[in-house]
Amino acid sequence: MSTSPDFLQITGLKTHFPVESGLVFRKVVGTVKAVDGVNLNLKQGEILGLVGESGCGKSTLGRTILQLIPATEGTVVLGGKTLTDLPANELRAARADFQMIFQDPYASLNPRMTVYSTLAEALQAHSSVKKNELPKLVGELMERVGLSPRYIRKYPHEFSGGQRQRIAIARALAVKPKLIIADEPVSALDVSIQAQIINLLAKLSKEMDLTLVFISHDLSVVKHISDRIAVMYLGRIVELGPASEVFDTPKHPYTKALVSAIPSLDPDMERTRQRIILQGDPPSPLNPPKGCPFHPRCSSAIDACKIDRPEFLTCGNQQVACIRANEIN
Amino acid sequence: MALLEVNNLTTNFHTRNGVVRAVNDVSFSVNRGETLGIVGESGSGKSVTCYSLMRLIPQPPGRIESGSAIFDGTDLLSCSERTLRGIRGKRVAMIFQDPMTSLNPYLRIEDQLIEPLLIHEKTNRADAVKRAIRGLEEVGIQDAKNRIRSYPHEFSGGMRQRVMIAMAMITKPDLLIADEPTTALDVTVQAQILELIKKEQKANGTAVIFISHDLGVVAGFCDRVNVMYAGRIVETAGTREVYYHPQHPYNRALQKSRPTGDMKGNELYTIPGLPPDLSRPIEGCAFAPRCEFAADVCRSQPAHLKVIQSGHFSACTRIQNKEITL
Amino acid sequence: MEPATTSSFNTERLLEQADQGTSLWKDAWLRMRKNRMAVFSVVVLLVISLTSVFGPFFLTYSYEETNLDRVAQAPSADHWLGTDKLGRDQLSRILYGGRVSLMVGLVATAVSLTIGVLYGTIAGFVGGKLDALMMRIVDIIYALPFTIFVILLMVIAQDAGTAVENWLLQSFGWKTDVASKWNLILLFGAIGAVEWLTMARIVRGQVLSLRKMEFIEACISLGLSRKRIIFRHLIPNVLGPIVVYTTLTIPAVMLLEAFLSFLGLGIQPPRSSWGLLIKEGSEMMEEAPWLLLYPGLLFSLTLFSLNFLGDGLRDALDPKTSKD
Repeated sequence: MSTSPDFLQITGLKTHFPVESGLVFRKVVGTVKAVDGVNLNLKQGEILGLVGESGCGKSTLGRTILQLIPATEGTVVLGGKTLTDLPANELRAARADFQMIFQDPYASLNPRMTVYSTLAEALQAHSSVKKNELPKLVGELMERVGLSPRYIRKYPHEFSGGQRQRIAIARALAVKPKLIIADEPVSALDVSIQAQIINLLAKLSKEMDLTLVFISHDLSVVKHISDRIAVMYLGRIVELGPASEVFDTPKHPYTKALVSAIPSLDPDMERTRQRIILQGDPPSPLNPPKGCPFHPRCSSAIDACKIDRPEFLTCGNQQVACIRANEIN
Repeated sequence: MALLEVNNLTTNFHTRNGVVRAVNDVSFSVNRGETLGIVGESGSGKSVTCYSLMRLIPQPPGRIESGSAIFDGTDLLSCSERTLRGIRGKRVAMIFQDPMTSLNPYLRIEDQLIEPLLIHEKTNRADAVKRAIRGLEEVGIQDAKNRIRSYPHEFSGGMRQRVMIAMAMITKPDLLIADEPTTALDVTVQAQILELIKKEQKANGTAVIFISHDLGVVAGFCDRVNVMYAGRIVETAGTREVYYHPQHPYNRALQKSRPTGDMKGNELYTIPGLPPDLSRPIEGCAFAPRCEFAADVCRSQPAHLKVIQSGHFSACTRIQNKEITL
Repeated sequence: MEPATTSSFNTERLLEQADQGTSLWKDAWLRMRKNRMAVFSVVVLLVISLTSVFGPFFLTYSYEETNLDRVAQAPSADHWLGTDKLGRDQLSRILYGGRVSLMVGLVATAVSLTIGVLYGTIAGFVGGKLDALMMRIVDIIYALPFTIFVILLMVIAQDAGTAVENWLLQSFGWKTDVASKWNLILLFGAIGAVEWLTMARIVRGQVLSLRKMEFIEACISLGLSRKRIIFRHLIPNVLGPIVVYTTLTIPAVMLLEAFLSFLGLGIQPPRSSWGLLIKEGSEMMEEAPWLLLYPGLLFSLTLFSLNFLGDGLRDALDPKTSKD
């Protein structure tokens, strides 16, 4: 029984990919620092929204936590077990505790297996189930995610995007995980279907006391479902705090720009608001700038920002990685 | 007179599973310098409508069954290939959704940028390059003189989209059709690109048709909005009217299901059911199976766009009959 | 389809009562049926195969019966396709040759298929250094000049037939007929040893791109064993390109055999294969053009059909068009 109140502890996590060059003798000429020092603690049953733009490393972070990509440095502790230290066979057995829901509902299911085969396989992955029990269990799983068991013998391509995503969620739930990381689960779906899937995830998470990490580039989607929000930029978390506060009163300059860029459904407001338009493009993790990763595009940057990496400062209810956090707010 | 007048456009796809009525009797117009937003989800027909205008639909399996698209006096759907080619790329330009695939990966940016000039305006290469460099600078690409010699893969997604805009605007077209130009981009880059399109539009007086599934983007950007569902326009009005006084249940449901301003803990509003199968003939209003206001008249009578108020049209029979208000 | 939540389902009969799904194979089959060229090719191939296999039973002359009185005769009522330079009935030779050529095509392809698929899948899936090593081996073998290799093999090993038969008999107690068929076996071996290379490369490429697909990642995330992932998830999904490539390998193999026989290294007379017949026919091209014409036509027809079939299969199995 875990005595620590934090169910998921991520400490100093780094995922670096070497860039090689050369035809015959491959030399390492650079490193893509996709995740560059992340610290995070989640309680059981908490929902964390992880936001950031392309190249910020949020997907890589999700996969590293789930040990789908090996971490270069740092540890991941889930329910007392240090996942980063587990040997291969123990890791495979431990996978029942943590699962992923992928972005592309068209690619995350084996196109040649029926719903029944896919879900039955998942059910049997970590526990022995009697063959005659399988149809009942699969049917129950399907109902749980809102799919009619009538379609148990259909193939993925016969379903819509939203339904495929439900199958993927059912598959993840089949092994009875404690942690689910959803990597942009609704980005590929139509707006009217997104809401259905978000509702489903929120409901399931509550029912099963799941710890959920919801990765998205869409702040408004994340704000609705999360307890806390973490904003990532270039491999690091730049702001962490309660969902509504990060959204309504962002403290980090990048978060401010992100929130400001979100289109609202209010034409009058859209026309009159002063948007914060960032200059330049999101930088590449191959050559991160020295000091604060955001300083080249930051309107509040000073000389000190170019020197040291900022640590978390407490500003209001949020943790902000900006040395000027308390000044500019 | 309107710059572009589309009348009764119908495009079908003849597939293995039947005839898919992708665009079903669609009519609308765009005035000079105006920005029209076409909003809808996948399968609504918004993209197919604009591809049909430019006759970019693969025929077979697609076929423009009927309709006209009068652009400044010329019917784009029935004119000769030669006339069409003289208009496409010169007076009507298009930018596409995926900046990764809409540029030729084997040609330098320079070659792709000057192509419209060489073909349509018969400029010589040196002049064309000068104009191309200026075009790049206008869209905010730093160090344009050198970067113009790069290949597309050396640019990021946002930059490629800027190049596409530069390419589209280089002949100073009268009409720009933008098919979900920011969907594949990050939110902050999206904001930059939208600002850019607005700027170019003001500078050249270009009319814009902006296709999107994102209601929020369209709200800040367009003068008028067409809301499409299942191949038909179900509501059209000025932007403020569409958002503040929706007159069609689908429009309102779409706005409600967006997770903005909702309190956490409550379920998001969802539209029940799924979009209809366009290969089957639809009786009555296509949205009826999913509509909370559906009545018998909706299922039996076909729904047509009718005026509700000046400049505001809706295809909801019950709204037209003043049976319900939203 | 409705995402309805009907809570009344009968678990015992669930699988029987559920709606039947249409697998991608069924989908592909339906699409193939509409491709006239492909269907026609299948018919042609079936006719040729059946005639080659069963035809010889109905013939009056055998393929090896020589008759020096009737050398190089034009087609007549007695010999429908004429006779060759030793008076053998050309029709029999062509039909029998069909058997041999088709058999070589099928067997050698099957051998290269098995080796290639396993090799390529393991290399692609395991990746890293093992993959690099395996592919370098492929590269090296690929670089060897095939013709010279095969010729050397055929020349050096051609007398080994009896030795191998004796060895098999002594070591395992197997009574085989290896020596008389040695030439054929060598041929299979030589061709099979080379054709698997391309298959391995293709399969590896497919596996590499599949590996990145999220459903494979999902399998790893579920904690499924590697073996299961390879056999249950990877291989069924590379079958598409494999099937297509196989139908294109068969003609390649047949051509290879024809080439070897043309050089005199493959099938030896009195046996015949289409390649051998073409060789013999080309030698008598001026005096008896029909000796070249008929085998050539039949061979070409078979190759064309296989190619069209391959094209048809490729179009039918293309996942991009599976949801119109």
